[in-house]
Amino acid sequence: MNPASTQNNALREFVDNLKSAPRRMYETAFRGGAPTTDRSRSTFVFGNVFLHLHAVRTHRWSLKWTTTVGLGIMSLSAFLITLVTGVLLMFYYKPSPEAAYASIKDIHFVVPTGRLIRNLHRWAANLMVVAVILHMARAFYTGAYRPPREYNWLIGIGLLVTTLGLSFTGYLLPWDQLAYWAITIGANIAQSPREVTDALGITEYFDPGGLQRLLLLGSDTVGAEALIRFYLLHVMILPLALAALMGVHFWRIRKDGGMVRPADADERLSKMKQGETYPVFTEAPNKTYQLAAVVRGKTAVVGRGPENTVPSMPHLFYAELGVMMLTLLACVALSMVSDAPLKELANPSVPENPAKAPWYFLGLQEMVSFSAFMGGIGIPAIVLAGLALIPYLDREKEGTGEWFGGPGGWRLVKLSMLIGFGAPLAIESFAIRFGWLREWFPKIPQLIVTAINPATILTAVYALYSIWCIRRYGSARSGALGLFTCFLCGFLLLTIIGTYFRGPNWVFYWSPSEWPKH
Amino acid sequence: MTLQSKAPRSRLDPEPMARRDWLGLSSLWTMGAALMFGVVGMLRLPKAAVLASPSKKFKVALPETLPAGEAFVPPGRAVAVYRDAEGIFAVSTICTHLGCVVKANAEGFECPCHGSRFHADGTVSRGPAPRALPWLKVQVSGGVVMVDEGTTVPSGTKVA
Repeated sequence: MNPASTQNNALREFVDNLKSAPRRMYETAFRGGAPTTDRSRSTFVFGNVFLHLHAVRTHRWSLKWTTTVGLGIMSLSAFLITLVTGVLLMFYYKPSPEAAYASIKDIHFVVPTGRLIRNLHRWAANLMVVAVILHMARAFYTGAYRPPREYNWLIGIGLLVTTLGLSFTGYLLPWDQLAYWAITIGANIAQSPREVTDALGITEYFDPGGLQRLLLLGSDTVGAEALIRFYLLHVMILPLALAALMGVHFWRIRKDGGMVRPADADERLSKMKQGETYPVFTEAPNKTYQLAAVVRGKTAVVGRGPENTVPSMPHLFYAELGVMMLTLLACVALSMVSDAPLKELANPSVPENPAKAPWYFLGLQEMVSFSAFMGGIGIPAIVLAGLALIPYLDREKEGTGEWFGGPGGWRLVKLSMLIGFGAPLAIESFAIRFGWLREWFPKIPQLIVTAINPATILTAVYALYSIWCIRRYGSARSGALGLFTCFLCGFLLLTIIGTYFRGPNWVFYWSPSEWPKH
Repeated sequence: MTLQSKAPRSRLDPEPMARRDWLGLSSLWTMGAALMFGVVGMLRLPKAAVLASPSKKFKVALPETLPAGEAFVPPGRAVAVYRDAEGIFAVSTICTHLGCVVKANAEGFECPCHGSRFHADGTVSRGPAPRALPWLKVQVSGGVVMVDEGTTVPSGTKVA
């Protein structure tokens, strides 16, 4: 060959390579090809870093919408929306007391699409709180905290606390009246162990409350130091913690054998229509399921065939995508009709009246209106400890994977709702009508008020009721069902009272229209 | 210590604690201790050594016409200053419950946040406040009143 033709060949090859470069780029990115066969559907899952936390095949029980109601994915979607919109808001937000309020105003009124982004951030954050609480309720009522999922339940509690922390730290950032006074109250709740140490006269030597407040505010007043700390928590520390916990949470779902399902799920599924799913094993399996069989515990493929599983692509992913799109749709729709609030610039001399926390903390605010320490720290700590203990106290197996499974079931939940709503209603009505210890005995020691107030009595009633449940039905699961239902109802009722029936000076009003003009 | 020929021990006949184990364990513990001290040092950082808050002491000129029993609130301060026949006194208006600023009224003080009420001398009359509103140190020199928000005095201390 002469040199000229070699050069021509090389040039032609180069041009061909250039032409096929886009196709090759695509092929190297998506090596499995289009997910059209069982094999390529598998590759689609385990060959993708974002999807490979999923199993290649999903049990059909997990795909029933009543199994999860999509609440976990809804929480994740809401988080992703807050993440994207939050980063966008950071372009304009300035975390200093002089500039913060003005920058939020700019975002709301001047920045292109700023109002929509801010509304989306706020609605997604609210939706995330709702979804996380409902997701916890779903996991509880289907017995998804039972072995081997106990640890994931604990991670879930960590996620709940982090989510609430993110919401609360975000509340300060606009530096308006609402924000300033909510943070003042929040920081003083952190300081409220002083209610006890003062009463005992040991604050001078042992002051955890003062330390917590100092760490939170970085100063002894709510000012620039507090704002930068809340900003740091909101945009860096808590999101990182949340992301890490979420990683563990998702990974654990996989390792614990996917969604919880009843022991007889397979028999029950066989009665269901089978027509609309892809046939299983349309060809000879190229992949054996040995690796999946190594996974600890009872998984879909240990000791029984994979008959009731379908490829995750498309069945699971389309379902997840659907939930994500619905979540986004809900957030956009809510953002169109309702703007995020922005009150007047923060004024440290005149509190907002009434100064209300975000709605999901109004139940807490109702409780701190009796005792700061018990309402703000004592009872929340008891509730969290109780939630964390549930999987270790209820070791039963019956009813796992069933809604309201276990002895009594739905009937017990209905009874518990009666107690759960009735008890706080009675105690609140009494306290609103007749006042409390301090009004009757002005000289009463603070420790007695801290120990005996409507919030602690309510907690005690719930605890006694759940012990009664354990005795009456002879099962720890009934006690857990009773207690969890009661706390959920109590949370809901106190939140409603705090939201709609408390006016200026935290006085009870039947309706906001009766509030005195000021 | 006896002098013995140190025959190399085999893995099947190990020393009571192998030298390498000892070295390994001590280095692990050293690392653990170093990490612990590092974390403790790191946690010291967020605890502010200097508080960036405005001065707690301020001067105030009371209006000549201030009636006895009526509060004078210096602008931007959470303090109610009074003058009556016995002298001048100042009561903090930061609620002892959760730090909202209480408002002086005819009977005493009321808190907008959680409904605490106080008598005119600062003692709690109702609501969740655990303690009475503290009285603050007041100094009077030639018509100018100096209030120190950082120092409390016993209730009933009035300065002529």
